[in-house]
Amino acid sequence: MAIALSAITMLVLIVLFIIKEGLPFIFKIGITDFLLSTDWEPAAGKYGIFPMIAGSLWVTLGAILVGVPLGLAGAVFLSEFIPQWAMKTIKPTIELLAGIPSVVYGFIGVMVLAPLIREYLGGPGLSIMAASIILGIMILPTVMSISIDSIKAVPNSYREGAFALGATHWQTIHMVVIPAARSGIIAGIILGLGRAIGETMAVIMVAGNAVKLPNSPLDSVRTLTANIALEMGYATGMHRQALFATGVVLLIIIMLLNYIAMTAIRDRGKKK
Amino acid sequence: MKIKIIPLLFIILGFFTAYSSCGKEKYTITAAGSTAFQPFAEKLADQYMQLNQDTGVTIQGGGSAVGIQSALSGAADIGMADLVTLPPEAGSLSATVVARDGIAIIVNLKNKVGNLTLEQIQGIYSGVIKNWKTVGGNDHSITVVSREAGSGTRSSFEAIVKNISLTKEAIIQDSNGTVRETVINDANAVGYLSHGLVNDKIKQVSVNGVPCMTDEIIKGRYILVRPIFLLTKGAPKGKVKNLIDYILSSQGQETIKSSGLIPAK
Repeated sequence: MAIALSAITMLVLIVLFIIKEGLPFIFKIGITDFLLSTDWEPAAGKYGIFPMIAGSLWVTLGAILVGVPLGLAGAVFLSEFIPQWAMKTIKPTIELLAGIPSVVYGFIGVMVLAPLIREYLGGPGLSIMAASIILGIMILPTVMSISIDSIKAVPNSYREGAFALGATHWQTIHMVVIPAARSGIIAGIILGLGRAIGETMAVIMVAGNAVKLPNSPLDSVRTLTANIALEMGYATGMHRQALFATGVVLLIIIMLLNYIAMTAIRDRGKKK
Repeated sequence: MKIKIIPLLFIILGFFTAYSSCGKEKYTITAAGSTAFQPFAEKLADQYMQLNQDTGVTIQGGGSAVGIQSALSGAADIGMADLVTLPPEAGSLSATVVARDGIAIIVNLKNKVGNLTLEQIQGIYSGVIKNWKTVGGNDHSITVVSREAGSGTRSSFEAIVKNISLTKEAIIQDSNGTVRETVINDANAVGYLSHGLVNDKIKQVSVNGVPCMTDEIIKGRYILVRPIFLLTKGAPKGKVKNLIDYILSSQGQETIKSSGLIPAK
């Protein structure tokens, strides 16, 4: 009990601290200037984080485009098409992907992925696309294992009913099983999204960190997390507060995502 | 019950470690700051500790700004900074130049450009010159690689080259090492880093016709040079002075020279 409470206290303290350090700055600069200006030049007193918000959203969107189709397809295959014993060995292996440190993903991205993109598609290589692919692989285990669990949770009578109506295996899956497991799958996607938007190390290594609005997936971007981590060591005064304010924006985005995920999970509970 | 035992164990463990470290009565000097000077400082610290068994030296990184901050706050005995001009808040600190460091302009091995003028560098980093063709290379767009705002290497580079308003296309890397990796991997990249960290996987270009070499820096012909400062609160004294004197001695300066930095004198 005491330990559980101390964890919550920690969380509350961290949130309060970030808000206390960041909010005054946002009000001083003005919310619209802070959120919508595209100029980030701390040395010149310009603190606009719009390029970073756009960067975070682009990279996260890309991660979803890569990770969700793969994760969902994998989950359907593992839970519907192969025998139970095979899944019991494959699923833990996929979950191991979540245990690989992000710096290792970043390293692979820098050494292998970025040169490939540069050579075959052009641009600097360190780009939205590189970050999206790396993050897509990183969220794969989250999306996949939660999807598997919710597909498994669909009662067998649903499938039997569909078969009895003459549906093929594929029709059963995409017309009955996936709709029935939908809220669980969405929760998995949103949790993966939270991980993608919060990831720092791997993104710093592969995204290139240029402060500008990207024009194509081959452009380099800086995310909110990368902005904090890159400049934290040097920042003093206003600059430091600006980084805390960046943290406030990030915190709000992640809290919103978690809230949506929790609502989705709760809805699933109600349906049963 | 369980809850109470575990913290108690930690406290007891804490006391033990505290006592055992006090027992030896070893004086420890802490130096923190510049990541460019950090590897050299570690080497010098090792040598110093071999000569002075009773003193320990701990080297921490963090960047030049951290060096200034921790010297001011007293978190470190010595702050290390590698800036051309020290910021005003460092005015109260006593600064000793222990070495100088050239900033090398580097390109990929495949790049045929061998020399850039200061104006060309300024143009490239400001986004005015966008193609290698303009400066005598192949017809490829230039990938500009720079460091994060606040980096000592970046502020020195921009202070010497002057009038750079960094192009928004620039890729930002957060250390000398990652700048080097990016340039190794990208045939069209240009970057800058500490002279001591140039290796044979990259090509450094001459600036205004002068190559970034130790001799040229000592002669004062190569212009992208910054001093490395050791900062102390008040004039250095006692063990700290002893350490700084060692670094300035001919033996210390020899180590600095053999590791690729430029001696102070």
